[in-house]
Amino acid sequence: MAYDKFNVLTSTVVPLPAENVDTDQIIPARFLKATEREGFGDNLFRDWRYDVEGNPKKDFVLNDSTYNGKILLAGKNFGSGSSREHAVWALYDYGFRCVVSSFFADIFKNNCLNIGVLPVTISPEFAEVLFEAVESDPKTEIEVDIDKQTITLLSSGQSESFDINAYKKQNMKNGFDDIDYLLNIKSDITEFAKSR
Amino acid sequence: MEKKTLFDKIWDAHVVKSVPAGPDVFFIDKHFIHEVTSPVAFLNLEKRGVSVLYPERTVATPDHNVPTVDQDKTIKDKLSRMQVEKLRENCKKYDIELHDLGTDHHGIVHVIGPELGITQPGMTIVCGDSHTSTHGAFGAIAFGIGTSEVEMVLATQCIMQSKPKKMRITVDGELGQGVTSKDIILYIISKITAAGATGYFVEYAGSAFRNLSMEARMTVCNMSIEMGARGGLIAPDQTTFDYLKGKRYAPKGEAWDRAVAEWTALQTDEGAVFEKEYNFDAADIEPMITYGTNPGMGIKIKDLIPTDEGLEGSNKKSFLKSLDYMGFAPGEAIKGKVVDYVFVGSCTNGRIEDIRAVANFVKGKKKADNITAWIVPGSREVEKLASEEGLVQILEEAGFQLRQPGCSACLAMNDDKIPSGKYAVSTSNRNFEGRQGPGARTLLASPLTVAAVAVTGKITDPREV
Ligand code: SF4
Repeated sequence: MAYDKFNVLTSTVVPLPAENVDTDQIIPARFLKATEREGFGDNLFRDWRYDVEGNPKKDFVLNDSTYNGKILLAGKNFGSGSSREHAVWALYDYGFRCVVSSFFADIFKNNCLNIGVLPVTISPEFAEVLFEAVESDPKTEIEVDIDKQTITLLSSGQSESFDINAYKKQNMKNGFDDIDYLLNIKSDITEFAKSR
Repeated sequence: MEKKTLFDKIWDAHVVKSVPAGPDVFFIDKHFIHEVTSPVAFLNLEKRGVSVLYPERTVATPDHNVPTVDQDKTIKDKLSRMQVEKLRENCKKYDIELHDLGTDHHGIVHVIGPELGITQPGMTIVCGDSHTSTHGAFGAIAFGIGTSEVEMVLATQCIMQSKPKKMRITVDGELGQGVTSKDIILYIISKITAAGATGYFVEYAGSAFRNLSMEARMTVCNMSIEMGARGGLIAPDQTTFDYLKGKRYAPKGEAWDRAVAEWTALQTDEGAVFEKEYNFDAADIEPMITYGTNPGMGIKIKDLIPTDEGLEGSNKKSFLKSLDYMGFAPGEAIKGKVVDYVFVGSCTNGRIEDIRAVANFVKGKKKADNITAWIVPGSREVEKLASEEGLVQILEEAGFQLRQPGCSACLAMNDDKIPSGKYAVSTSNRNFEGRQGPGARTLLASPLTVAAVAVTGKITDPREV
């Protein structure tokens, strides 16, 4: 599925400092029953966001109108556990285009890149700086530039560079996914398959 | 010659081509699909107007959301039913082998793959489920993928992957009495942490693994993902070959001899380099249990829950939040805590050996009054064997409720949910908040420990019953 092209994203930030946030928290299994990709954003962080009666929990950040934006600033080891891509669909559907953390789980990171949510890994120190900045001023903006591979705290100009491999970077910039590439080299694949 | 690890050998043999400064185009031998992570992949294929390239390389079963009672009737839950029906439709349309509800080989995808002999050494195997790592027990590269990748495999039998780093975990020595492969892996994860192997693919080596049965090896590889690893594998040996011989899809006759010769060569070369190595002594491992909300939070049953001493900032906050969710206090004993539910099942410990272990333990005993005991076989095959061996009767006499195969309370997508605030000691693989139902409190342990808890009604070291 093609997705929006990613170039420079400037946005306010939603902070979620909890560590080891697994994909069961991002979207609980009982909400995985759809056969289409739309609408998962409603159940993003469902059990943290709503109580059992379905009332919003006031202390959860997504229910706090002070914070909003297209960037989720997350604690370390974000996205561990289940490989459900629904977790990323839920983030995307909710409106996030970028997740920033000092550490991502592998499958989650892959899934993000496959559907157009940019995972940005920063140092733990810079993560602290960003959390503090956002908490002291919720209007704080961050700029993520995929071409330069930089993430910048606009209020202070503090910046860090991040890694992304050249191939994935091109994909993100163009809104392509891997399947386009694979379909183009199908004859190589069928040739290879003869030996397997 | 270049020294290669087992992982390198299999990986390198499956690279169709490498993208400069990018990932490898990685060929997949076998692909398993289930009802939850495949429908959108098929839908997207249709939108693109692309078909399934090699339908014979994909095998399907509905397992995640299916009810574990009345499987012969129509599924009551509308959304679950739609997913299962979609799977049937798609399998029919694209000519994909389906092991449907009620058929002889229905079951959890990671249980039926090995049972049917589909899983074999040297293969690359993927599925839209993180516990695909289970199949690594056969000396295969097996790992979980997202739905976009499911679509890629259906369309092209390939995915784009960067080669992970390699880690070797060696455990030598003899396991003590009452110590199982589940305890080994819970012990390892407690040492390495829930994120400690992120970015790595693990090879398990050493005599402790060599001495395990295939079922027990699967339990270990299954939980590789719980320390962040993409997967884990064990070099094939006689135990592997003995398990596979005669299985439905295993090679036969001369082809078998050739296969065994090839598989025997699937070993890490001496002197091959791993980016990271860990060594443990089997004698240090004892029955384990988790006390928190990630699988790295495990202790020996005899030990005290750790305190927050030495933790700071967000580490400390996360630790205390986790204990708060579980209703435990730092520094208290876990042994003796009263429990409400036990669950035996899942792709971690829902195989026949696990059911045997529980049945042997509870034979002639009764479950405690405060316990609701669920036992869910991993497959129809397991169910059948359990019944033939008289285990079903033993378990029922002990007060266990035997259900039909599926993922069940491992992820609580169906009705098998642990009520909010209740404690469940479970043979599954994840103790995340709400994993077994909103508000449910999960403690992970071996089938033997679960059996002991069922009988005493509280957290118990199985060696003391
Ligand atoms: S039993 Fe649990 S872990 Fe295994 S495949 Fe099913 S849901 Fe996933």
